[in-house]
Amino acid sequence: MAIKKFAVAAYDDEDVLFPAVSKVRKSGYKLHDIYTPFPVHGLDVAMGLKDTDLHIAGFIYGMCGTSTAVGFISWIYCSDWPQNYGGKPHFALPAWIPVTFELTVLFAAVGMVLTFCYLNQIMPGVKKHVFHPRQSDDLFVIALELNDKVSEKEALDFLKSTGAKETNIQKAESSWWYGRWDKAEPYEALNA
Amino acid sequence: MNDRFEIPARLRNTSLMLIGVGVLTLICGIAFLLMGHGSSDLDKARFWAVLLHDSVFFTFITGVSIFVQAAVNLAQGSWLTAYRRVPEAIGANVWVFGLITIVVTALIMFGFSTKDASGHTTNMIYRWLYPAGDKILEGKVPFLNKGMFIGFSMVTVGLWAFFGRKFRAMSIAQESAPKNDTKIYWKVFRLSGLFLIVYGLSQMSTIPWLWVMSVQAHWYSTLFSWYNFASSFVSGMSLIMLWVIYLKNQGNLHLVTKEHMHDLAKFMFAFSIFWTYLWFAQYMLIWYANIPDETVYFKLRQQGPYSVIFYANFLINFVMPFIILMARPSKRNYFTVTFVAMLIIFGHWLDFYQMIMPGVLGENWHINWYEIGTFMGFVGILIYCVSNTLTKSSLIPNNHIMLKETAVHIA
Repeated sequence: MAIKKFAVAAYDDEDVLFPAVSKVRKSGYKLHDIYTPFPVHGLDVAMGLKDTDLHIAGFIYGMCGTSTAVGFISWIYCSDWPQNYGGKPHFALPAWIPVTFELTVLFAAVGMVLTFCYLNQIMPGVKKHVFHPRQSDDLFVIALELNDKVSEKEALDFLKSTGAKETNIQKAESSWWYGRWDKAEPYEALNA
Repeated sequence: MNDRFEIPARLRNTSLMLIGVGVLTLICGIAFLLMGHGSSDLDKARFWAVLLHDSVFFTFITGVSIFVQAAVNLAQGSWLTAYRRVPEAIGANVWVFGLITIVVTALIMFGFSTKDASGHTTNMIYRWLYPAGDKILEGKVPFLNKGMFIGFSMVTVGLWAFFGRKFRAMSIAQESAPKNDTKIYWKVFRLSGLFLIVYGLSQMSTIPWLWVMSVQAHWYSTLFSWYNFASSFVSGMSLIMLWVIYLKNQGNLHLVTKEHMHDLAKFMFAFSIFWTYLWFAQYMLIWYANIPDETVYFKLRQQGPYSVIFYANFLINFVMPFIILMARPSKRNYFTVTFVAMLIIFGHWLDFYQMIMPGVLGENWHINWYEIGTFMGFVGILIYCVSNTLTKSSLIPNNHIMLKETAVHIA
């Protein structure tokens, strides 16, 4: 939750974007994020993003689902209310497998979706600064995070040299906030 | 940049040695039967059943290569293009195993019969050949008879052989076609759709009923063919994986990266789970309904003398691939993937063993030199034929319109 200064560049071609990303990484500027209208194959590798541990979380959620299902069903049928169903044993594991499987999948899926949203800072009501209105339309937008020691002009010149169509400097909330788009970004004045 | 594959002496010698072992095993088997050492009906039945088991298993797992090509062509996938010569070469050799299967089943039908306890002639493998006096088998005569069996087998093997060779021939014809010419591409596309229908009506329905399920002709399961398909598919993918890794280690297939291997390994992982799903669905419904007509199948397998194989089957074909291949790095590691691929092929060989043998041998089963030797012989034939086919063209599908797309493919 902090207002930071960003150098923003918009590109209109993937073939320009990829060399630009590698130039940014070599130049030493701090890459805040890249916004694209569609998933670009290989961009995560080009940006040097590491794999998340989302899949390990998913495994743990799945195990929770399995143990919940087996624990709960076996408690019902073996201890709380044991009855004779068609001569099957009380601990009738094969009959429980479908439910156990479903609960495993449910826990893993819901847990992973929520974790994914948390990691990406997307939730109902959560807002983030939009660097360029066309970043969800037809432009690829790179945002570099600047501090006081970096010259704004140098950063913009550098971005232009990588083939950017538009560049500008924005002061914006780097993280997320709750609220409405038009009202809630209280930092509009800072960009003016 | 090694486009051509030359068979290393070691591979050729290995394959010839394996074929030698197979032939020797066959000769020994025949000799033992003729010399009268254990020439009981059970031994004769075992002799034929093992040949049936191996020929059916190898026909199925090589046939998968044609199916994969057709499915990927139809979906316009590019992930297979980097190593498409491998499934093409395997698919072009389906006719070898198909022919062996037809010969073996024909010999079983026409050259093998025994007397049962009351002196009636019977066939210990395909009991439906002599349905007289058995109401259930008499009721199945319209489908389970020699004409249907031979007809379906011939048509299936013929069509598989045709499509397997056709796909490869057309893919090679693309190399000399004008650049970016899509005429052959769309022709293959249409043929792929046709093949999926053929495959759906053979591997996914009739052929496993006739070749495998009719060994226990009284019993039936409606998802048996799907179960067979799942078993074949996962081992067929493992087979492709083994060839890709071998060629990669020989310095060929420079377009294949870990991304492509990751995709193949995902298929091995996912379809191990799919196999388990069908395996369990078949088991659970029979267990739950508990009807004697149906439970007879699992009485022998789960609680009888085959229980070792029954549980080993679950362990090798589900638990081990599931645990080993679950993590991302292990899908991209040559060693783990090779290990699991060999495990899966062996596991599904066992799976087919326990589909066929209990109906033939009852509780008198053995896995010793005869079973292992025959298996080695078939592996030898597979290596010999496929490596020979691979040498006959460039390993890179030059001029294929998806070549660039496959080179930058990311799993």
